[in-house]
Amino acid sequence: MSQGSGFITERYIVNGDDFHAAGSASSAMKKLLRSIGVPPEAIRRAAICMYEGEINMVIHACGGEAEVSFDGEYITIHLADKGPGIENPQLALKEGYSTATDEIRELGFGAGMGLPNMKRNSDELEMESVLGEGTTIVMKIKV
Amino acid sequence: MTVQDLIKSLDLTVLSGDEEALSRPVTGGYCGDLLSWVMGRAPQDGAWFTIMSNLNVAAVAALTDISCVVLTEGVSPDPALLERARKENLALLQSPEGAFLLAGKLYAMLHG
Repeated sequence: MSQGSGFITERYIVNGDDFHAAGSASSAMKKLLRSIGVPPEAIRRAAICMYEGEINMVIHACGGEAEVSFDGEYITIHLADKGPGIENPQLALKEGYSTATDEIRELGFGAGMGLPNMKRNSDELEMESVLGEGTTIVMKIKV
Repeated sequence: MTVQDLIKSLDLTVLSGDEEALSRPVTGGYCGDLLSWVMGRAPQDGAWFTIMSNLNVAAVAALTDISCVVLTEGVSPDPALLERARKENLALLQSPEGAFLLAGKLYAMLHG
């Protein structure tokens, strides 16, 4: 973690083979943001964005990396994975669209709400996905 | 209203959560089993009524800042969920009743 004059950056590894551990990066981020006095509502929105990102990386991409920074005005969450990529990003952003398996659905996920939740809870969302190479998502949450 | 008040009013069984966890306010509620749906919609300081009982329930509860989880229809938590709930001091509660009845009673208490 680097910290100084209101600027903070932290990196997290999202473990792709442990579905049940999903949420550990979000939880760690939440604690970090709380420790530096970010308002609870902004933390909550950031935690939802991060958790959905984590779940997506575990379900679809065998894990990935997340970088969180706070510059005093925005929380920026940068997610990167080396998964299969998203075939139709516009469709993936629609509520209810999902390519998750029945096994994942039985665990309560795969409702097609992941990316829509990320979009709704962030002020800016940019997604870049290349089939066979991976997906990068950058979300900004205004504090 | 606090979690403790909710426990008394709805006759809930406490599976985890110490005095501090049970003294949290309850200002609303949410019923749902699809975790992403709950993640996006459950209100902060709400009571979450669900039949979902796996470990991910604890993560969703913590990240949304809900005040308690009520497992309905007599559902028991997976051992991993119970362990995590105890570790994180999450108010994990249980009832033999269904979500409709429990949430209806909560609504009446908050808004009746």
